[in-house]
Amino acid sequence: MSDNVLEVDGLRKEFGDLVAVDDVSFTVPQAGSLAIVGESGSGKTTIARMIVGLERPTKGTITACGQDRSTPSRSAAARKRRGREIQIVFQDPYTSLDPRQTAQATIDEVLKLHHGWPADRRRERIAELTGLVGLDERQARALPRALSGGQRQRVAIARALAAEPRVLILDESVAALDVSIQAQVLNLLADIRDSTGVSYVLISHDLAVVRQLTNDVIVLHRGVVVERGTTASVLDDPQHAYTKRLRASVPRPGWKPRRGALLAAGDTAGEEPPP
Amino acid sequence: MSAAAPAPLVTVHASRARSATGLLRGTGPAGIASAAVIAIATVVAIVGKLVAPYDPTSANLSLNFIGPSGGHFLGYDFEGRDVLSRLLAGAQSSMLGPLAVVIGALVLGSLLAVIAAWRRGAVDAVISSVVDVLFAFPGILLAVLAAAVFGAGLTAAATALAIAYMPYVARVLRGAALKERSQPYVAALEVQGASATAICLRHILPNIAPLIVAQATTMFGYAMVDLAAVSFLGLGVQPPAADWGVMISENQVGIPEGYPLPALAAGACVVAVVIAFNLLGERLFERAQGAR
Amino acid sequence: MNSTVSESEPLLQVEDLTVRLTVEGRRRPVLRDVALQVRAGEAVGLVGESGSGKSMTAKAIDRLLPRGAEVSGQIRFAGQDVRGLEGQALRSYRNKVAMIFQDPRAHVNPVRRIGDFMTEALRTNLNVAAADAGKRAVAMLDQVGIGHGERRLRQYPHELSGGMLQRVMIAAALLTEPQLLLADEPTTALDVTTQAEVMAILDDLRREYGLAVLFITHDLDLAAAICDRTAVMYAGQIVEVRESALMHDDPLHPYSAALAAARPDIDAAAGRLAAIGGRPLSAFEAPDAECAFAPRCPHAAPACREALPPLVELDGGLSRCVRAAELRGRGAGLRGATPSDPRLAAGPTSGGQTGE
Repeated sequence: MSDNVLEVDGLRKEFGDLVAVDDVSFTVPQAGSLAIVGESGSGKTTIARMIVGLERPTKGTITACGQDRSTPSRSAAARKRRGREIQIVFQDPYTSLDPRQTAQATIDEVLKLHHGWPADRRRERIAELTGLVGLDERQARALPRALSGGQRQRVAIARALAAEPRVLILDESVAALDVSIQAQVLNLLADIRDSTGVSYVLISHDLAVVRQLTNDVIVLHRGVVVERGTTASVLDDPQHAYTKRLRASVPRPGWKPRRGALLAAGDTAGEEPPP
Repeated sequence: MSAAAPAPLVTVHASRARSATGLLRGTGPAGIASAAVIAIATVVAIVGKLVAPYDPTSANLSLNFIGPSGGHFLGYDFEGRDVLSRLLAGAQSSMLGPLAVVIGALVLGSLLAVIAAWRRGAVDAVISSVVDVLFAFPGILLAVLAAAVFGAGLTAAATALAIAYMPYVARVLRGAALKERSQPYVAALEVQGASATAICLRHILPNIAPLIVAQATTMFGYAMVDLAAVSFLGLGVQPPAADWGVMISENQVGIPEGYPLPALAAGACVVAVVIAFNLLGERLFERAQGAR
Repeated sequence: MNSTVSESEPLLQVEDLTVRLTVEGRRRPVLRDVALQVRAGEAVGLVGESGSGKSMTAKAIDRLLPRGAEVSGQIRFAGQDVRGLEGQALRSYRNKVAMIFQDPRAHVNPVRRIGDFMTEALRTNLNVAAADAGKRAVAMLDQVGIGHGERRLRQYPHELSGGMLQRVMIAAALLTEPQLLLADEPTTALDVTTQAEVMAILDDLRREYGLAVLFITHDLDLAAAICDRTAVMYAGQIVEVRESALMHDDPLHPYSAALAAARPDIDAAAGRLAAIGGRPLSAFEAPDAECAFAPRCPHAAPACREALPPLVELDGGLSRCVRAAELRGRGAGLRGATPSDPRLAAGPTSGGQTGE
């Protein structure tokens, strides 16, 4: 029955009085791809952090590959094991790599962590991974400061894949890239999914990217899931007012913005400021 | 300083400076000059006792306070010993003492800073409070206390100063470590399952290392002054050992009598080296900040 | 306010603008022969990726280049040379040409109130009395959709969200009744719904005040939303200027075509996106005597490498592609890729066409 690599049920996170995530549930099937769409304050990044164990849920369960991971683990062995189940690629290519490590060293460290392989086996695998993400020899031996944003993201993807995870969380991983580079990385991600069968959880506010890369989507607004379904049906025929507003706000050929019709929720422009 | 350095030392220093320019990139002419002075002092600390033209300990009271003459470029001190030889021999304890202080403060300070930055929360609060309390103790006060409890000598003084300097290291490094810790690459390593120790030692420390080096360099200068003061007070290195601080103390009687050279020469050595360390430390600090 | 829409002389005229900066001890070009025109009341988009020089162009126009920048060429505003302005003349220029930036928080003093910040230019440069300036500020805040203006004026920047602060910046910029607004990626850091609102406000206000706008962005569709004409930059040069409505389906330069095609489509997932190989070049990496885009261009021919292509008129726009006229003659124009070109991966459908 459970063919799902990731199951999240009733997830809730409170920061003091603020409820960042409220009763969020979703599943990701084997080789599937789910988008979590929302703007700032939607709770999408908090959800990602809870799934990978960087944040502790207030309530709810998270199950990956059949194993519970609802709370961050203290044990190093458990954290390593979880690292082989779910990995993450962050948004900012400029701070997601150790500035003192070459791409090869970065990947090597992860390989050493998860596998007890001898040096030559590791070298082989590093070459495979850098090839998979489209980095050449020179780039693999370079320090991050010699690499462009797109190249750094490739290194970050290779590092995540070195752990051979079942699920890869892409936290706005292409948002900071130039349009032409973004297209290359999106193609790369599609190729990786085809060749490795990894499942994606894409956190994004960019509906066009979501359409390109994912099969299913949940839409978050202020910590709550307001709509869910297949990407095609939610984007072609949105039901919830917020989803409609979101879709209408995306620039595309022939798009014209109109005032008032698109007043952003939570925008306190009209509200009374404190005295 | 005692710039009447024999020719061989000058050549050695020049070639060291050339090979070290990579390390000194961005420190400017002041940085390079300071590094040169430090290099000379280090070399003298190592070989001083061997190249001293005369025995630094052989006293001859009938020669006391005679000015520069014959082969004695700086004259004789209050006990008739060759001043230049004592300066060269004294470099060792004068440089070694601050080195011990700096190493002690750095190791202790980095450890506490990284642990506080990594664990945050209660652990950070406790460590920060302890460090704050230590801030209240001036180094010399602790050194005097240590001398009273453990007896006068370099070891007690150096240990006390290391503890007194540790808070300065801890404070600066904690800030830098906190910043590193919040970077996504650290989070990525945590998600990979890397251990806290591995992340701190292999990633956080190396990335704050430039700051550590800059701090250490400046601190050396302060430690040297403090230790010289402690020795001057008779609580550090004990006479008749050659040590710049001791020399200032011993020879101060010569100043009102018109024989300032021995005391001033020793003082000049301390000043020159301290300025060099401070200048270089400042430049390194600026470079470390600029690189962030 | 300026209400004329077309004059014989453009309000802003940039010609042969070349800027060199010292980077790591070497002099490198960041802008090469940039030519641009903005007429009174017209909105022009300036689109490019990293290193294209779009921000640098705006900074040059607003005299915000770093010290030591070597500038050659002409920048004329309302017929007056901009590069030579100093002192009072420069301040008066800044009243007429306002600029808003991507990150409002970086351009606002966090310890001063909104009111202080907004009325500063009015009070110091235009000698408007404080009370009067305050009233104008409140009125302008209302125009950008921020109510309770008097109370807002007393707030500090950190009390406002990013979107609100950007609106405040727009209001502040418009207070001195400028004739030209330089907007450097003003909505890039905002949520998409907030972006839509801010864009709508900009559009409304520009029409109401007859404001000319130079809108800088990396998003072609965003520029087209409020700009009559769009200019595309690559490697420090303008490579195309075109009516925005025509840009998407009938571009005049392979780079613009590729940029439009590389963007995923919200209405359909493409089998494979038409990604261009390689990465965007900066001006200092670009060769002097050939087309900077040639190495990545699916239509590159030997002629493209012979000399730096000039910017020539074509069908009402400008193009720096020597093959543009020829390529447009073919069926699909520049949007259609030669099927055999390996750089464009999958087949004729890889153009990522929107359903038209």
